[in-house]
Amino acid sequence: MRRFQGISQRTAELTLAALFAAVAALAIGDSLRIGSGWGEDGPRSGYFPFWVGAVLLVAALWQLVSALGVRPRESFATREELVRVASVLVPAAVQVALMPFLGLYLTSAMLVAWFMARIGGFSWLVAVASGIVTAIVAFVVFEIWFLVALPKGPIEDLLGF
Amino acid sequence: MDQLGLLLNGFAVALDPWNVALMLIGIVLGVVIGVLPGLGGANGVAILLPLTFSLPPVSAIILLSCIYWGALFGGAITSILFNIPGEPWSVATTFDGYPMAQQGRAAEALTAAFTSSFVGAFFAIVMITFVAPLVAGFALRFGPPEFFAVMFLAFASFIGMGSGSPLKTLMVTMAGFLLACVGLDSVTGSLRLTFGSTELIRGFDFLVAVIGLFGIGEILTSIEEGLAFRGAQARIDLSAVRRTWAELPRYWALSLRSALIGCWMGVTPAGATPASFMSYGVARRLAKPGEAPFGKGRIEGVIAPETAAHAAGTSALLPMLALGVPGSPTAAVLLGGLMMWGLQPGPMLFVEQADFVWGLIASMYLGNLVGLALVLFAVPWFAAILRVPFAVIAALILVICSIGAYTVNNAWFDVVVMLCFGVLGYAMKKLDYPLAPLVLALVLGNRTEQAFRQSMLSSQGDLGVFFSNWLVGSIMAVGLVLLFWPLISRVRGAISVQVARRRG
Repeated sequence: MRRFQGISQRTAELTLAALFAAVAALAIGDSLRIGSGWGEDGPRSGYFPFWVGAVLLVAALWQLVSALGVRPRESFATREELVRVASVLVPAAVQVALMPFLGLYLTSAMLVAWFMARIGGFSWLVAVASGIVTAIVAFVVFEIWFLVALPKGPIEDLLGF
Repeated sequence: MDQLGLLLNGFAVALDPWNVALMLIGIVLGVVIGVLPGLGGANGVAILLPLTFSLPPVSAIILLSCIYWGALFGGAITSILFNIPGEPWSVATTFDGYPMAQQGRAAEALTAAFTSSFVGAFFAIVMITFVAPLVAGFALRFGPPEFFAVMFLAFASFIGMGSGSPLKTLMVTMAGFLLACVGLDSVTGSLRLTFGSTELIRGFDFLVAVIGLFGIGEILTSIEEGLAFRGAQARIDLSAVRRTWAELPRYWALSLRSALIGCWMGVTPAGATPASFMSYGVARRLAKPGEAPFGKGRIEGVIAPETAAHAAGTSALLPMLALGVPGSPTAAVLLGGLMMWGLQPGPMLFVEQADFVWGLIASMYLGNLVGLALVLFAVPWFAAILRVPFAVIAALILVICSIGAYTVNNAWFDVVVMLCFGVLGYAMKKLDYPLAPLVLALVLGNRTEQAFRQSMLSSQGDLGVFFSNWLVGSIMAVGLVLLFWPLISRVRGAISVQVARRRG
């Protein structure tokens, strides 16, 4: 099997244009469902999104066709670049995924600790301590200062908040 | 001189000790935000917006607009010292600013940058003071068709005058309008584009989109480039300031020209970034032969883009205040703030909320003055922020972004949406899709649609309503010319090639 080299400019252009076209198609479909024409009391709910969707669809298809002409050799992101992006994106996604179960503070502490230890090269002790400090500072600032309730998990329950 | 009286009242509002304290906090936060790559003016303001609900609107807007001024100042610090533009509008500042720092003239470059930022902003604020009330007064006569025409003009000028591909600009604008449509239609009460999801009934909040597109997207692009901060040391002492200030009046013509370019680009929604590039380009083109080339550390190369960027960033508030059509993404976020605080943006603001408007304008004078003093003397501390390792900064920014996205509606779903917008923003930025029109369309979508519907209602579906009188007709005509400008210029180019061929 050939080693994954990265994503080419052409693939990326095509994917994004196709995504826009798909969004446009969805919007047109839904607008037709709720009525895109002229009701008794003026334009119906789907009137504006229908035409916006139609313009977007035409523009996206045009872009899709012109993206076919992009030389496939040009690179959008190399393998190394994608690895670096993933090193930030994956932990961030894990944090967001765990948030409903563990709360925002604990997951934030974990994220800070992970970043410092794995990307920043700090020792785990320093990293974990910094994570905990971050969570406490965030708690004081938001929960106590600004009276904003952020998602909490079992640890905050244990502490009685 | 009505305006001066109102402005004095405004100063009374802005000089309230509590508001002055918020001003200082805003400027400091803004400079920090401007220095950090990944936190920009637009998403910095977006993150803090939900926290301002408990404040009176005028205090809230003073805090948030000062963050904006601070971010405009802060972008220059990293451009000059680290060759890393903290904000897109400071990219052009790196061309001559960083070489100056390498030659040991960092203090001179920074002083010139901050002072010209201040000059640009001051110029724009004076313009706002005197022109905005006139525009608002004029706009009081606007009906729905005129408002739709103004919005049309704003988006058409993005498409026609933007630096990127007009097709891509059109696509993101339309996508922004569609995102604005999602949720409950306030006119008919039917659900649009929700596809059965209860989370989508709320619609896509522009704050979540801004935090994702600008915040997360920026971090992903920064980490991809493998950021390492390595910068010149800088401390500005008084003698360097005095020396540079003595030198600056010589460049008055350059400053004036750059400020004018900035004001023009800021009022039309081109924004600060193209303004800074254009001003730099014009300065370079007008340089006399035989002088030292640009790009090797000429002070003019710092003055031109900084004056224009700050003038543009500031004057972007003029159409926002007078017409309710923001001239930049950050102004769009501020406009969204107005709506969230229960104020109706548009020309009536000057009549109904005079305290608010003039308090804001007065705080712009004060905020920029305070900002200038602050950045001149606190540069070393702000520059030290970049000595914090990127891993720490990135993690903190991610945490702040998710808190910001969550607090908008207290919804976890929004945090997920933010992350998706982040990936989208990363891909869009790499493929040169402009982000600003998407944000503007998302903020203005509902009001554009409303203006369109009301016009259609009054005309019974006849599109001729947009050409029914000279006012709306001429705005629409200018909009159409701008919209099709890329096509027109291509056709003209093709014709002139043909002509040249025939002659040759």
